[in-house]
Amino acid sequence: MNTDFTWLIGGPQGSGVESGANIFSKVCSQMGYQVFGKREFYSNIKGEHSYFTVRISDEKIHSNVNDVNLMVSFDAETIFRHFDEISSDGGIIYDSELENIDTDKVRTLDKPFKDRLHKLLESKNKPFTIAGVLELAKENGVKIFPVSFKKLLETLSEEVENPRLRGLVRMYNVIGVSLSLGLIKMPSDSLVNSIDEIFSKKPQIAEINQQAASFSYNYASKNFENFNHVLSGIEKQSDTILVQGHFGCSLGKMVCGCRFQSYYPITPASDESVYLESNEILEIENGRPGSTIVVQTEDEISAIGMMIGSALTGTRSSTSTSGPGFALMTEALGWAGINEVAVVITLYQRSGPSTGLPTRHGQDDLLFTVFAGCGDFPKIVYASGDIEESFYDTGNCFNYADKYQVPVIHMMDKFLSSSVVTCKKFNPKKISIDRGKLLDKVEGEYKRFELTDDGISPRAKLGMDNGVFWNTGDESDEYGHITEDPQVRISMMDKRMSRLDLALETIPENEQAVPFEIHDYTIISWGSTKGPILDAQAMLKKEGIDIGFVQIKLLHPFPTEYVKSLLKDAKVLIDIEANHSGQLGKIFKQNITREIDYHILKYTGRGMTSTELYDSLKRIVENKASKREILSHGA
Amino acid sequence: MALKLADFKTDVHNDWCPGCGDFGIVNALQMALAEMGIERDKATIFSGIGCSGKTSHFINTYGVHTLHGRVLTFAQGGKLANPDMTVVAVGGDGDGLGIGAGHFVAAGRRNIDMTYIIFDNGVYGLTKGQASPTLKLGEQTKSLPSPNTNSNVNPIGLAVASGFTFVARGYSYDVRHLKDLIIKAVKHKGLSFLDVLQPCPTYNDVNTRDWYAGVDLAKESMERHSRIYKLEDTKFDPTVNYAGEVEVNEKLSQALVKSLEWGDKIPIGVFYQNELVSPFSTRLTDKIPNYLENPPAKQVISDAGLPNTDISKILDSLKV
Repeated sequence: MNTDFTWLIGGPQGSGVESGANIFSKVCSQMGYQVFGKREFYSNIKGEHSYFTVRISDEKIHSNVNDVNLMVSFDAETIFRHFDEISSDGGIIYDSELENIDTDKVRTLDKPFKDRLHKLLESKNKPFTIAGVLELAKENGVKIFPVSFKKLLETLSEEVENPRLRGLVRMYNVIGVSLSLGLIKMPSDSLVNSIDEIFSKKPQIAEINQQAASFSYNYASKNFENFNHVLSGIEKQSDTILVQGHFGCSLGKMVCGCRFQSYYPITPASDESVYLESNEILEIENGRPGSTIVVQTEDEISAIGMMIGSALTGTRSSTSTSGPGFALMTEALGWAGINEVAVVITLYQRSGPSTGLPTRHGQDDLLFTVFAGCGDFPKIVYASGDIEESFYDTGNCFNYADKYQVPVIHMMDKFLSSSVVTCKKFNPKKISIDRGKLLDKVEGEYKRFELTDDGISPRAKLGMDNGVFWNTGDESDEYGHITEDPQVRISMMDKRMSRLDLALETIPENEQAVPFEIHDYTIISWGSTKGPILDAQAMLKKEGIDIGFVQIKLLHPFPTEYVKSLLKDAKVLIDIEANHSGQLGKIFKQNITREIDYHILKYTGRGMTSTELYDSLKRIVENKASKREILSHGA
Repeated sequence: MALKLADFKTDVHNDWCPGCGDFGIVNALQMALAEMGIERDKATIFSGIGCSGKTSHFINTYGVHTLHGRVLTFAQGGKLANPDMTVVAVGGDGDGLGIGAGHFVAAGRRNIDMTYIIFDNGVYGLTKGQASPTLKLGEQTKSLPSPNTNSNVNPIGLAVASGFTFVARGYSYDVRHLKDLIIKAVKHKGLSFLDVLQPCPTYNDVNTRDWYAGVDLAKESMERHSRIYKLEDTKFDPTVNYAGEVEVNEKLSQALVKSLEWGDKIPIGVFYQNELVSPFSTRLTDKIPNYLENPPAKQVISDAGLPNTDISKILDSLKV
């Protein structure tokens, strides 16, 4: 890896941190770099601290690292919270007007953080001010680039003779990004283009932002010196796209024919539904336009009810939610199970329980999801490890739902949903559409729940000719009418539950679990931890330490035999998850009856970095680790 | 071949109590379907949970017996995906106005073209007669240990306030009148609501068939005085004819006032009707012009097992 550079921008929520980071990510990706960006934010509309970390490299990267090489800040809080993350060869660009601000002036600094910071500053004999923390950073080798954002705007406003620019605080984000790009000497043509694209609907705003951008970029190139990192661009790789977290599932849904999505607003799932509605009219090859009906419902119970109602008409239907919303859906999930309804629930996990850390990451819902709903019924629980994967997995999940006539829960999480990454352009033709035993027409007597050899009955749709059937949440006979007969109960239960075995027999192994080498020390994990694990694995490999990794994607029914066979040569098993209790580990033990040797867990609500995984894995190999390694990096 | 009443009956054994008011509603619904000539496979009856929830199994159309309180959610999803179907949702008053009250209100705001019938008997029959949302404060039906401590919900008033565009009340022992009301409700363009008074002979010993018939009043005056009377026999005009605010408000208010009438005189018939409010399908076609010709259930999504949706424009915009 020739380039490995991490940039951080922070500021109060609502001050344009996200659009600033989007411009930066766009520029870097257009200059040929691979990008991995991640947003952290409070459950708040305006004022609380939010920040975006963008890592760029000349090679494919899958995660963030601990060290930040350049931080830009236009508020004091960002400096107080992140000054100690800057690497010794790194730098801080900051608004020099902030130097005398002390911690008490920043109302959004909470007490536990302030106490820790004061203790540190006291021990180093520094004042509790921006100047104080910057001194500490300097002592660590960090280069400081002060610039008055206010004066910069004043000079610019005189130069372009536009008095409105004076004091236009909401341009601080663009100034910060442009100063950063000027400092690292990133060619500036793509900066102007990116601003154009981002403000395409507001040409006037685009124009003043472009002026501010060029001015700040030139200011930094002229006035800032001696920075260790120069990124002048590399050759662009063809077929690369820059995507946000929900794009995999939302574009996947469009492509695989999901035409109905109901949802109730919840972080971090709603972006997907809003995006689907923004693109509700669909282009169809050789056909009239299609459309996705997106309905915002009164609650998640209604969202799942509507989805099921729609699915009964033969429409590929879905809902997206997070843990608390999914909790409300569980009664209806069982209804979909007993009625053999093909639906897909996309579950963007966040950190619970209850409201928990509502805007933070977590993988706390695995056990809940696998066991969700009252009674015994078949369901499939499937997890994607990154955004690119989630596009193709969405197609698979709808096929599973149709083929096995079961509800499928596609697990995503906040780590994925608030990431911005470069990846290979999605290929829609790699998605196939298999609707299983969905009927085009019905002839003769029809029984919706007919007992068949493979346990799957031909499926009619509400409103189709001659297909009349009944559904009920009670146990039913082959027509769908209520029964309490003990013998019918046995046949119907056996029929439904047989799908779990059928799914294990027929879902290809490479869709069930993915081995990334097997060694004496081998990791098992699921979901978004894949990225940091792959990067940590590569870091260790460079030092001659081989660690294996099995990503388990099919979590229910659990692919016991396949996972067992993959792990037969692994001597030490390490379970890595973003939750407190090692939930995959529990499922693993239940199915494979083998002990997990180490757990690496993180439940701060912040995503794992490859650095901290590397540290823990190394301790394990050196036999210095505790059985439960608990990670905590990140503000 | 003309459809007969018998075409809409199933051979599923009906296990409602003898004399149950629900029978009248099912008969009226079957008669209405036959009279309107709706093909069996072009209608779906969605039902909630409770005695009334079994209704869908007794009618020979598509039938979806859903969850307690959630019938409107399933029904709306089905209708949105396949707008060609006739959709009727049915359920008890506990189902629709207790556990499902939130959905009731939200459905009114959408005005999807379908019909919702509440079997209104004041008790939770299948769980042995607890007080339901329409039982009046202080009334004590057979199973209640003490008089009801809650005030009642006014179903007609709530429907009018929530935005239902057809609001009516029927009586389950006046099957012909109820059948006519159902036909009006189904033909109405928008969301229609029918509150059907339906004595529970087993658990509601207050609002009995005799009580509705005014047998107690008869003792005083030596003749029968039915409590029930029909709005259409009075000068009451429920229909909004112009979209003007004044007329709409007047018709809404008179419906609300009328809905408060209870006791010795209980009105049935149409309380409110306004077809000038856009049904949800119109709100959709405003942004998706071919929604009704090519709704979700009819869309072709693949060609020889491969997707036919073209997202290349979106993908190009994401290219670095």
